[in-house]
Amino acid sequence: MARTMWDSSVGKKTVMAVSGLIMLLYLVVHMFGNLKIFFGAGDFNHYAHWLRTIGEPVMHYEWTLWVIRVVLVVAVVAHAVSAYQLSRRDLRARPNKYVHKKPRASYATRTMRWGGIILALFIVWHILDLTTGTLHPGGFQEGRPYQNVVDTFSTWYGNVIYIVAMLAVGLHVRHGFWSAAQTLGVGSRTRDRALKTVANVLALLLTAGFIAVPVGVMTGVVS
Amino acid sequence: MKLTLRVWRQRNADAEGAMSTYEVDGISSDMSFLEMLDTLNEELILNGEDPVAFDHDCREGICGACSLVINGDAHGPERTTTCQLHMRSFKDGDTIDIEPWRASAFPVIKDLVVDRSAFDRIIQAGGYITAPTGAAPEAHATPVPKPDADFAFEHAECIGCGACVAACPNGAAMLFTSAKVSHLNVLPQGAPERETRVLDMVAQMDEEGFGGCTLTGECATACPKGIPLMSITNMNKEWLRATRKAGKR
Repeated sequence: MARTMWDSSVGKKTVMAVSGLIMLLYLVVHMFGNLKIFFGAGDFNHYAHWLRTIGEPVMHYEWTLWVIRVVLVVAVVAHAVSAYQLSRRDLRARPNKYVHKKPRASYATRTMRWGGIILALFIVWHILDLTTGTLHPGGFQEGRPYQNVVDTFSTWYGNVIYIVAMLAVGLHVRHGFWSAAQTLGVGSRTRDRALKTVANVLALLLTAGFIAVPVGVMTGVVS
Repeated sequence: MKLTLRVWRQRNADAEGAMSTYEVDGISSDMSFLEMLDTLNEELILNGEDPVAFDHDCREGICGACSLVINGDAHGPERTTTCQLHMRSFKDGDTIDIEPWRASAFPVIKDLVVDRSAFDRIIQAGGYITAPTGAAPEAHATPVPKPDADFAFEHAECIGCGACVAACPNGAAMLFTSAKVSHLNVLPQGAPERETRVLDMVAQMDEEGFGGCTLTGECATACPKGIPLMSITNMNKEWLRATRKAGKR
């Protein structure tokens, strides 16, 4: 069955849909967690510490976090590899373009591939910036995420990269969520409107929720 | 009407093609698009030139032979087949671009004619039912609920013209294949091959080199028969169901 899944274009789309939904679920939780920054350094740092202690005493310190990280890496890799392979197939299937070109499909639909590449690059930067601290501006302080976030969003490029990426997330989710529903066969005529609404609400909620943090730092609400 | 036509000319499958410009005069707005091309071809023949090759058969909008991407739209600006498109949809002095279906699974044979036999092979893979031949069976013998009959009929309207592939930015044949799968899988007559049909037809579709679906919806917009985009959703559902069942066996 796994073989049929991976070899078929429809099956590979299923892999994309499921891995996309896993990442989407994570993003929603991540976004709500981020908003804790508006309740002060104590609250935010305590939340960050709690993330490392989830499941204790069954799980050891950071075990649950690592489980989540592994699931996410698997989801990202599965999503990216199937996207790459499906795109290769799509481009091969239409090598000759029409002479008479027409603007087609919505912006969100047309930017899925480039949006995905932007997001992949963003994830790398984001981890090097706020998880490992490798690319962090100023001194990265382990266990003091509040200060680290403020430092990142005190640079112009930190704000630009983040906000552009979050707009890309919104566009990607807008088309991606609805498409995942179609791929998994749960879409129908009666449900179409509801699915599109959920996709738009999710896209808007994620973009606005994530962008609130750099905007908070820029306006001095978070400092 | 006087028109300027920019037509894709290609001597054969291996030749390089290019757009050629022609002027046609004396076109009536009541002519069909194909009659307009007939007018052009009569002129070309009189001038000793090679007429433009294009596919056509019934000219009634039911056979699926005609094709043509007109000004970037499969079957032109109206939601119908090219043969049922009339020149009243254009204005005097217009320039019209005419191109063949574009997809690597639909190679150009000559000018505007493409080889659509990939569709035949998808049908051969599962677009049929196992039924005893002979006289038509008693209509009451196999009851079909009305909503199922309507659903099947909506998808049975597909004439296999390939406009969905031509319009799809990925050259995907998902709408064609899903129309056939949806049509037959919902009916009791199609039930014995319900799983093998969808698995085999999707596999053949991939084999032919069609692209995948990115749900842009271009196919359903171009379809002269109004096959809905949800048809693809239904095929995905059928495919996942069949894959799960095959896994259990």
